Order: sequence, then C-alpha cells, then structure tokens
Amino acid sequence: MKILVALKRVADPDNANKVKIPGSGDRVDTTGLEWKPNPFDEYALEAALRLTENGQQPKTRAGEVVVVTFGPKETETTLRAALATGADKAIRVDATDDQLDGDLVARALKTLVEREKPDLVVMGKQAVDGDSNQVGQILAELLDWPQATFAATIEEEAAGSVLVGREVDGGVAKLRVKLPAVVTVDLRIVAGASVYSTKTARTFKYNEGVRFAALPAIMAAKKKPLTEVKLAELAADTKLKVTYAKFQAPPARKAGIKVKDVAELVDKLQKEAKVL
Amino acid sequence: MSSELIFETAEHTALREQARRFARTHIRPHAHAWDEAEEFPRELYRAAGEAGILGTSYPEELGGSGGDVSHVHAISEELVLEGHSVGAVVGIGSHGIALPPIVRVGTDAQKRKYVPPVLRGEKIAALAITEPGGGSDVASLATRAERDGDHYVVTGSKMFITSGCRADFVTTAVRTGGPGHGGVSLLVIESDTPGFQVSKRLKKTGWRASDTAEITFDRCRVPVANLIGEENQGFVPIMMNFATERIFLAGQCVAIAELCYRESIAYARERKAFGKPLSGFQVTRHKLADMATEIAAARGLLEACIARHLRGDNVTNLAAKAKNCATDMLMFVADEAVQIHGGYGYMRETLVERLWRDARLYPIGGGTREIMNELISKTEGY
Ligand SMILES: Cc1cc2nc3c(=O)[nH]c(=O)nc-3n(C[C@H](O)[C@H](O)[C@H](O)COP(=O)(O)OP(=O)(O)OC[C@H]3O[C@@H](n4cnc5c(N)ncnc54)[C@H](O)[C@@H]3O)c2cc1C
Repeated sequence: MKILVALKRVADPDNANKVKIPGSGDRVDTTGLEWKPNPFDEYALEAALRLTENGQQPKTRAGEVVVVTFGPKETETTLRAALATGADKAIRVDATDDQLDGDLVARALKTLVEREKPDLVVMGKQAVDGDSNQVGQILAELLDWPQATFAATIEEEAAGSVLVGREVDGGVAKLRVKLPAVVTVDLRIVAGASVYSTKTARTFKYNEGVRFAALPAIMAAKKKPLTEVKLAELAADTKLKVTYAKFQAPPARKAGIKVKDVAELVDKLQKEAKVL
Repeated sequence: MSSELIFETAEHTALREQARRFARTHIRPHAHAWDEAEEFPRELYRAAGEAGILGTSYPEELGGSGGDVSHVHAISEELVLEGHSVGAVVGIGSHGIALPPIVRVGTDAQKRKYVPPVLRGEKIAALAITEPGGGSDVASLATRAERDGDHYVVTGSKMFITSGCRADFVTTAVRTGGPGHGGVSLLVIESDTPGFQVSKRLKKTGWRASDTAEITFDRCRVPVANLIGEENQGFVPIMMNFATERIFLAGQCVAIAELCYRESIAYARERKAFGKPLSGFQVTRHKLADMATEIAAARGLLEACIARHLRGDNVTNLAAKAKNCATDMLMFVADEAVQIHGGYGYMRETLVERLWRDARLYPIGGGTREIMNELISKTEGY
C-alpha cells in the first residue's frame, strides 16, 4: 500500500500564552514561538506506518509512506523527523502560512495525489493552530474519493477497502471505504490496537502513542529523498478564499470570587450572572 | 533560548526533539509522584530502551544507537528539562557508568552477554565502587575477591549504589591483589548469585525517584569469566570511567540549573508583590541575570570539555574543573530559584524545591568537590 500523509508544522500549543497580536490586529505574531509537528499529523504518520509494515519487524518496510508539508525551508526539519520516524520519502511545497488557506492546500494536494498516486491519504483531523478541520474533506471532494473523518480505528481489508471506526455519541460507527480514499484521524488512532494491517498478526499490540526515532534512524533519514515543489506548480490559481479580517486576543479572564454559602451563590447566579 | 551546545548538529536537534517527546509522555506526568514514592516503575527502562535512548553512544553491533557523549548529553538535558524528574533520569542512566568498562576492556563474550539486554531496557546495570568505609579513596577499597578454582569468592560491601536495589548485575570493584590501586579488579556480579544481598534501601535528600542501595557480598562465587579486563588492572578503567561520568554529571547540573532558571523567570513574571510582578524589581532581574551568567559559564566549560574529549584529548583535568564549576553553579542557581519562589519554594509540591534537593548530590557524587581539586592539583603538577 502507498500512503500520502500531510504534515503541518504548528506553533507549540503548550505555549499558547506566548502568542501575541500586534496593535494593527492584522496577523498573529509568530516570532519567538517554538514549532512542532501538529500532533494529529503525527498520529496520521504513525497510523500510516502501521499500515505499511509488519508490527513485529518495523524496520522492514512493507509499503510506502510519502510525507508532504507546505512551508518554508525550515519546515524540512519536520519532514526529516518524519523520515526518521519511518516515512520513505518527503515533499516540501514551498510556501508560507500567510499564502495558504485550507482550500488552496487541498487543491495543491489534489495535484500531488494525481502525481504520487497513493492508495490512501491519511491526515490529522485538524491542525491545532487554526483548528479549521477542512483540508481532508475538501481534498476528498476534489478527488471524488470516499472519505472517513475522525478515525479512531483503521482496519485494512483484503478486498481493497479499509474499515474505519469513528467515535460517535453512544458508540462507534464503522465506515467501509473503498480505496483510494481520504482518512483523517483522531487521537485514539495511536492506541495499541487501533490500526490493523494485513501484514501484522491480529494479536500484535503496539505501544500506545507515536514511535520514537533513535539516532541510527535519524542518521538514515538524511539519505532519504526530500524534494521541493513550488506551490504554483501544483495550483494554477493561488488566490485565497479565506481571508482574515482581524485578529483579537481573547479577553483576559477575570479573577473568581469566593462566596460564603450556598444562599449567596444562588443569589449571585440569579442577580449578577443571570443564569438562573 | 536554546540550550544546545555550539557544535551540535541537525541530528542533535532531532534527537532532542525525540527526547522531549519521550519525557513529556513517559516522565513528566509522574515526576512528583515518583519523588514521593522514592521509585519509578521498572517499565520505564524498557520504554527508554525501545525508544533507543539507553543505547545512545553504544555501538550498533551491541544493540546500541551509535553516537557519542554529546548525544548522551543532548538527550539527558532534554529528559531533565521536559521530564522534571532528575531521579528518574539518573536511574535509567545508571548503565552509563556500569557498561563502559565492559565495552572498553571486556571480552566479546562479556559484551554480547551483558550489553544488549541492558540497552533494550530488559536488564538493569549498576556500578559499585564506593564502600561503607570510604568512597573518595578508591585505591583503599576493601571488598575481597579470593580466587578459588575458576571462581572468585567475593566478600565485602558496597554503599550508595545507584539502581543497586533492582540491578540484575553490578560492575563491581574488588580487591584481588595487595593493597593500593595495583590490587584492584573489576568483576561483573549478578544479583542472583547466592550471598548477594541488598542489605539496605537508602533514603535520600534528593534523586529520590532513583533507588540507592547498600549491597553486601557474603562469599559470593563469581565465575572468573566475569573478570573485566586483566586481574589487578581494574584501576585504570575505573578512572577512565570517572572522566565521562563527570561530563555527564556536569551536563546534568547545567540542565537542572536551566530548568531552575526557566521556572524562576515564569514565577517572577506571574507572582506579584507590592503591586507589581517580582520581575518588576531590579533585584529580581539581577538575580536572574546572575543565574543566567553562571549557567552560561558552566555550559561553556562543559562544551569545551566535550569537544576536547571527542577529539581525543585526555580530559581528566578539564572534566574535574567542569564538574566543580557546574556543581558550584548549580548550588547557587537552585538556591536562588528557591529564594525567588519564596515560601512556595520551600514546599514539596514546587518543582524548584525538588531540584534544590537534587542539586545537593552533585558536589558529592562521582568524586567530591575536594577530590576534584586534588585531581586538578595533581594534573596541574603543583
Ligand atoms: C545519591 C548517591 C548516588 C551514588 N551512586 C553511586 C554509584 O552508583 N556507585 C558508586 O560506586 N558510588 C556512588 N555514590 C558514592 C559517591 O561516589 C561517594 O559518596 C563519593 O565518592 C564520596 O565518598 P564518601 O561518601 O565515602 O565520602 P568520603 O570519602 O568519606 O569523604 C567525606 C568528606 O571528606 C572529604 N575528603 C575525603 N578525602 C579527602 C582528601 N584527600 N582531601 C580533602 N578532602 C577529602 C570529601 O571530599 C568529603 O567531603 C553515590 C553517592 C550518592 C550520595
């Protein structure tokens, strides 16, 4: 199986308090922020690796995973890290975040999919910076491929399809999607038995989470292919559909107050908060 | 602010990122609880083995990950910075002093038998030099190993042994010959040998997540095949081991101090007194500036020491200086960090309180501050 995984580099969500908005309000100031791969994309990569190997012999590849990111030269470290983790090949589409929106990324990915011809595209359900949750869905629509979003489980099936489990209120919905398809993944996909590939014994259980790359894999990643593609090569029209009118920091939370008893609490909820 | 050493490459950066992720998932959530419990789960060795962390600086033929001391430092620094448990980091790192003598002067059979299972995290290794009667004066150690056919019969005891409570084997300094350093040998003693006993699980000020043992040997029969290097030639590998151990310890000091510093900046910005944040007082800012300066100086010396070690220089002298410089620096920085945190800095829930307790070990372990000065005096040739 050949799988394309899209990765995005995002500002570390654990440092959200460092995000600053300049007085002009026209952008988010990203200087001084630490970057890391979007966690959901790391889960997507882990799922793709599990689908293209025998879990008992993860060093021998039994399929191909191509990772792609849209970003400036520095984002190649994100791609190298993905190659160290196990991906076979990487593509960087040269662009900066302000030149992109979900629609344009999906259109460019469509061209890449046509070039690379993967059997499956696996993506994070959303990037934790903009939380747009759009690219996977738009891409499937543009390709006219089936889609399964928010996957908690993926099972490879012999008949050229995958069975995707999605957590919904009150249970799990299972979708059978014919390949080629687009699947976006949720956190649960990295649980020990969330991904089943026909190459791995049913009884095998992975360690929970995303695998770690040791030094030899990091060294080997330097020799794996990483190519650069211009955005304009992939999308003739690079105009954005989504434009941002204004950025504004959320209002600072006011300090709480202490009440002396339930009566005072009820009184305040009624008269001040007006929620009762 | 990056804490990377000047000569680090893109591989170090990638490795640091992996170590951070490991620490965030496997260590950080439990750091406080492990300190209170005075233990971390044995499973952590396996997880670190599987992630390739334990194998760093060991050859790939022995199941290692390759790399050198600089890679070990990069990983250990990130584990401290992100994991917040110095005890756990030194606990999973005890093989870093127990295995190198085997790798350096052991036979192929010994390497194959003892190294790979430890790097996989399946077995735990410890190093035992210090004895209840004295640690600084290594050449006077008293644990006897008498030859009896193809065995040594070992009797004596060892003190303050990191990971000793759970170790599967202990690289042990014993006396096979006459008095002085010419009578010292290294033996691998497996913990299931009859007569091997963890006589005491020691309670400590800091490094509490790691276990520390007093071990007694009562007529332990150890195969001669477990002799590391030549008989009565153990002193040199012990001393070589100390040089890298001191680099690791100086590196830990820099990492712990960096964490104290970061915690202090955050607290100084957030805590208010007299109507403004602590960082609004020049006194606080200057404290932080002094901390930053001391850290930078110790890091600079560490950097020089690692670079020289990697290019093959003998760093006995420089490693001793780097260790003393780093331990003094850490004692100062950790103390200032507690001071900036005020009463909270003295409370068990506060990270810098724990780091302050951890800090006190460094001028003692791996050769005391005074012994470092003895070494420096000797090598400078006064
Ligand atoms: C938490 C912890 C973990 C440890 N882990 C290990 C381990 O894994 N393996 C191991 O083998 N050891 C370990 N040690 C032991 C450590 O290396 C020794 O404690 C250290 O070498 C000092 O030995 P000592 O405690 O016997 O002190 P002593 O040698 O008794 O020294 C006492 C004091 O006298 C001073 N002194 C001694 N000689 C001189 C001199 N010539 N000139 C001036 N001053 C002198 C010392 O500097 C010190 O201040 C550990 C210790 C601790 C606390």
